[in-house]
Amino acid sequence: MNLVIIKYNAGNIQSVLYALERIGVSAIVTDDYKKIKSADKIIFPGVGEASSAMRYLKERGLDTVIKNLQQPVLGICLGMQLMCKYSEENDTECLGIFDEEVKKFKVQSSKFKAPQIGWNTIFNLQSSIFKDVKENSYCYFVHGYYAAFGDKTIATTDYVLPYSSALHKNNFYGLQFHPEKSAAAGEQILKNFIHL
Amino acid sequence: MLTKRIIPCLDIKDGRTVKGTNFINLRDAGDPAELGVLYAKQGADELVFLDITATHEKRKTLSALVNRIAHHINIPFTVGGGISSVEDVRVLLQNGADKISVNTAAFNSPALITELEKEFGSQCVVLAIDARKEEDGEWYVYLNGGRLKTETKCVDWAKQGVALGAGEILLTSMNHDGTKQGFALDITKLLAESLPVPVIASGGGGTMDHFVDVFEEGKADAALAASIFHFREIDITDLKKFLAQKSICVRL
Repeated sequence: MNLVIIKYNAGNIQSVLYALERIGVSAIVTDDYKKIKSADKIIFPGVGEASSAMRYLKERGLDTVIKNLQQPVLGICLGMQLMCKYSEENDTECLGIFDEEVKKFKVQSSKFKAPQIGWNTIFNLQSSIFKDVKENSYCYFVHGYYAAFGDKTIATTDYVLPYSSALHKNNFYGLQFHPEKSAAAGEQILKNFIHL
Repeated sequence: MLTKRIIPCLDIKDGRTVKGTNFINLRDAGDPAELGVLYAKQGADELVFLDITATHEKRKTLSALVNRIAHHINIPFTVGGGISSVEDVRVLLQNGADKISVNTAAFNSPALITELEKEFGSQCVVLAIDARKEEDGEWYVYLNGGRLKTETKCVDWAKQGVALGAGEILLTSMNHDGTKQGFALDITKLLAESLPVPVIASGGGGTMDHFVDVFEEGKADAALAASIFHFREIDITDLKKFLAQKSICVRL
């Protein structure tokens, strides 16, 4: 299988490659649109800031390429947020694959801190990408913005409020948490995506 | 619910794990990558690798070790020790580190924190602070692995660091480090309640009850320890079960 990880100006991309290696899957990391278009499956990872990431993608025409992909695409963390319509992070128009909007955690008390850093549960799991993943499994999150709850939500997490920890529409999947850093649960989710 | 985190710290010297008492008398406790995998399997939530000799010896080349670790472990990890530039950090992140921690270099050049935050995001910038409580009852910042005292109060530097862009604070009490008498609850609580970012408490964890105390009384978001894990005095799986029994939210 020809698996491509989209390379752009965001962090954490190598970690996804290493996680795939650990489950016995090889991938290439590239920003070459021809290789992306011809891949069997695509992972769109990333940790970083929305507006500079979108600018980078647009400058290379990758925004149009990603939107029009027909094969399974997995967005992770910032990758998932960029697949949404709009992000409050520096008022950024995103790819618009999901109608959900990305908002900033509004922290009122010292009970919650932002960004959310650490392990939290995912529940109401509603997709084959969560096959053999238990309800309320713990996954690793690092994010200050969240995708609102909507009709494309396939997993929910509660931090300050319930929000979308995973989205799915047609061939597009998005995960707010980092499967590459989420121990056994994360490895199972990556395997499920590979076997979709 | 977001869990409290248990973080084993692997102090590194010459590519090997070491842990001293009050930063002196180093002992060898194994291979960092191998130990990291073991801790991840036992349920560690995160790992910290600190090159404790780096500041003193100006040594910067952790990248090969970091790359090896990144290939092997499936939980997040932080790397620190002698990091003093954007380029240092870029190399470590490219080799698979999730976060980096800065200490002395950030104190000497606070703009470094902002540069790192702008380049890589606050989520990967951990400000490590070594603090000692003096006879006047105040906590002061120490540099160079605890060898150099400053006149800056810990809480002031922590607040400034967060304002500059640090996404997390790793607080080590030099009074408690290596004593196994419990964490510094007062300063941990002060920072945890006054800062908008997570606080990792370090130094003094010796029994499972000490971890209960640092989460309940100290309000820490995470607790870090080294030798008690390295020498199997406390098993991480047992510790997390114990915390769960005490109604502390942990990942089991």
